[in-house]
Amino acid sequence: MTTGPLLDIRRLSTHYVSARGTRVTRAVDDVTLSLDQGQTLGIVGESGSGKTTLALTLLRMLPPAARVVSGEMLFEGTDLLKKPEHEMRRIRGKRIAMILQDPMMSLNPLFTVGDQVAEPIRVHEGAPRRSAWRRATELLKAVRIAAPERRVGEYPHQLSGGMRQRIVGAIAISCEPKILIADEPTTSLDLTIQAQYLKLLRDLQRSHNLALIFITHNLGIVAKMCDQVAVMYAGRLVEAGPVKQIYNSPAHPYTRALLESIPRLGDSRQRLTAIEGQPPDPSAPPPGCAFHPRCPKVLDRCRTEAPPEFRVADSQTSRCWLSAPVTAVRGA
Amino acid sequence: MSTAANSPRSVSTALALPSRLAFIRSEGFPLIPSLILLAIMVVAIFAPVLAPHNPEVGVLGDRFRPPAWQTNGTIDHLLGTDHLGRDVLSRLIFGARISVVVGLMVIIVAGAIGTALGIVSGYLGRWVDQVIMRVTDAWLAMPALMLAIFLAAIIGPGISNIIIILAAVWWTRYARVIRGEVLSVRERDFVRLAVVAGCSKWTIMRKHILPNVVNSAIVLATLQLGQVIIAEAGLSFLGVGVPPPQPAWGLMLADGKKGLMAGYWWLTVLPGGCIMLMVLSANLLGDWLRVKFDPQLRQL
Amino acid sequence: MKKFILKRLGLATISLFLLSLTIFLLIRISGDPAVLLAEPGASAADLAAIRTQFGLDRPLWVQYVSFITHLFRADFGQSFYYRTDVFELYLSRLPASLMLASAAMVFSLVIGIPTGIIAAVRVNKWQDSIGKLFALLGLSMPSFWVGLVMILFFSVYLGWLPSSGSGTVWHLVMPAIALGWVFAAAHMRLTRSSMLEVLGSEYVKLARLKGLPEALVISKHAFKNALIPVLTLAGVNLVIMVNVAVIVETVFAWPGVGRLLFEGIAFRDFPIVQASILLGGTMIVVVNLLVDILYAVIDPRIRYEG
Repeated sequence: MTTGPLLDIRRLSTHYVSARGTRVTRAVDDVTLSLDQGQTLGIVGESGSGKTTLALTLLRMLPPAARVVSGEMLFEGTDLLKKPEHEMRRIRGKRIAMILQDPMMSLNPLFTVGDQVAEPIRVHEGAPRRSAWRRATELLKAVRIAAPERRVGEYPHQLSGGMRQRIVGAIAISCEPKILIADEPTTSLDLTIQAQYLKLLRDLQRSHNLALIFITHNLGIVAKMCDQVAVMYAGRLVEAGPVKQIYNSPAHPYTRALLESIPRLGDSRQRLTAIEGQPPDPSAPPPGCAFHPRCPKVLDRCRTEAPPEFRVADSQTSRCWLSAPVTAVRGA
Repeated sequence: MSTAANSPRSVSTALALPSRLAFIRSEGFPLIPSLILLAIMVVAIFAPVLAPHNPEVGVLGDRFRPPAWQTNGTIDHLLGTDHLGRDVLSRLIFGARISVVVGLMVIIVAGAIGTALGIVSGYLGRWVDQVIMRVTDAWLAMPALMLAIFLAAIIGPGISNIIIILAAVWWTRYARVIRGEVLSVRERDFVRLAVVAGCSKWTIMRKHILPNVVNSAIVLATLQLGQVIIAEAGLSFLGVGVPPPQPAWGLMLADGKKGLMAGYWWLTVLPGGCIMLMVLSANLLGDWLRVKFDPQLRQL
Repeated sequence: MKKFILKRLGLATISLFLLSLTIFLLIRISGDPAVLLAEPGASAADLAAIRTQFGLDRPLWVQYVSFITHLFRADFGQSFYYRTDVFELYLSRLPASLMLASAAMVFSLVIGIPTGIIAAVRVNKWQDSIGKLFALLGLSMPSFWVGLVMILFFSVYLGWLPSSGSGTVWHLVMPAIALGWVFAAAHMRLTRSSMLEVLGSEYVKLARLKGLPEALVISKHAFKNALIPVLTLAGVNLVIMVNVAVIVETVFAWPGVGRLLFEGIAFRDFPIVQASILLGGTMIVVVNLLVDILYAVIDPRIRYEG
């Protein structure tokens, strides 16, 4: 019986401060999320919504200009924000792993694929060269690379984009992490490769019982890959809950607009609906609810007061005044 | 390299600046280097007034006097005299004139030629580009100093010759960089609009392309100033630059070598120090300009 | 790989051709070539003789062909002063210059690379500021002045080091430092910026994400990648050093090709001057070619692109 969620993020805020201290960008603003072992969570949002900053905060890999201003990140019960750097290093790659977007840039061109896959094994588990190399070959097999014994000695530029991304995946699971964060892993892949790769990720997630955090701007992928979804806008979490529930009845106007903007075959509407306006400047968001300038259902209140999170259904939350219950409100 | 005197706060309390000079208050503006350069230019302009003695004529009985604060020095020759009895301070002052004139003329001429060719090469493209670039590459393959020495050996010494030679060697650096800039400016919308509107190629190059690359040219010029001055000093030192008895700083260093083993340090340290001061200031100013105007020039 | 080498070889040949053409034209344009090619103090009759001897009245392209043919046979003429074949003269002085340049290169790399790395790793902190200051000073001080000041200090005042000539390793110290100083600054700058770029790259980010200790990230992943441009530059700079050493060699009376060039200028010995620039330029082109090939050996990506 698990004592609590594997990952419990509570009211996390990460701000970027400009060099002179004059401008503050609220990259992540009061985000609360939780994740259990074996669950898949999709984090969705436009660029600048704070999704990547959230992932970097989790791994404490923020650039010097960023500061975690408040909140907690409980991983297996202990707050990651309070851990010293050398302990975080033991967690990175070993218990929480991350896949980046561009596989060509993620792999060091001067070292062989095998070397790079075996590296975390050798560093975290102290495994000797030969056994690490063997495990690397097995990992290549697990990510469905053909002729792994040959590939393991090759250099990154000799492999195709899809293969490179699988290598990055192999690196990520090499030490059997509990959580795998994938930051837009398919964005730089060809469409035909994307489907294969996603299937691979799904299978790996199931077979290793990974908790998967999938960061993307593509709602279609989330529908295929994830059980839970969290929608971010201007650094805030605007809606969260089970995928099916939210896709069927989105509570937040932004979520609804996102869902409606996906063109579907057989759609009787003639026009493509895009969301009006532009995402806000992260360093100067509008007052009140950040979405209000673009919201089709905006109320007066939205322009001045930022809404807190409201519980809409059993496990669905929405940060919108429209979701406020007529009577009592959950703590703001 | 900012000291307290460079920080914007102390400047703004000391001066109320008109808006055109407001850039002085901007972050990191190298105030001291700019003042040094300004001072050198003032000295260069007012040399005849400032110099206490004739820089080219000396009293042989007064040779190798050390600076005033050492034994055997006199107030009359504040910084001492050289091997022909000439006053070092006066020579340094007039030497500033030479450095300023040569430096500015070279970067202006080289800059003008190089920018023009860079624009033509970048904008017209095809065979014009190929020809100009091949020549530039051949020129650039040689270290500037070598080429300058070779040309000086052929053409002979003299201030105007030096200016011509150094400009001929240095224009290639401008051409390369400006051409690169032009390649990207060329694709911008306002240029395309001008083409669609039917402007002639020359008009476009003059009215649209040129103003957009002028910034880079200026940054490059400032960065090059230091190198040009060092090159001129080197050529003068070797005897193929500014001819004696003119008091070029490089020439003073060559003369100074004569007294080096005897320990007459002021004949070496002072002229070289002036060179270093001028080059350092130019480099600092150039670095600041580069960062301010165009981060893309960082590879220079 | 072979295709790559052939292509580079072709480009090098074109460069050499252009170099010779440029020098050839410059001589012809500058006035009366006969004056240069004749010894100083030649009479009008001598000049006329020179003109026929070198065929200066023939069409330009004929002269150029003759010029090139001589170059191919390594015939650079006779030195007026030394009365020997210039090519042999140059070759005899080359080893001394190479030794000086190598020592200067070692100095510049030993100082430049570690300073650059430290400045990059501690970017914007005090170590970086000192590093940048050092680089700035290095680029602002003329190398020969550094040499002269060193002589003043170490020879005249302290009497530790010899001020001129060659022969012992002590003679090498000051010229090497004077020559290498500017390059140390340049190498430091390049190492710093290259290292910064590498440290910001995705694969370094991934290395950190893997939880590797920072020392390993820097020494294994960052270092090797960052060095590539620096070593490339260093290879080319070695030959450039040989060429620009003319002033330092003159200051220290070091018997290399730089000092030979100075003698050529001082004695108006034109064959020496011409040979210096042609041979110097050729060395640069050849070394560029070799460095390109070496680059391909180090960086596996280049081999396959060709």
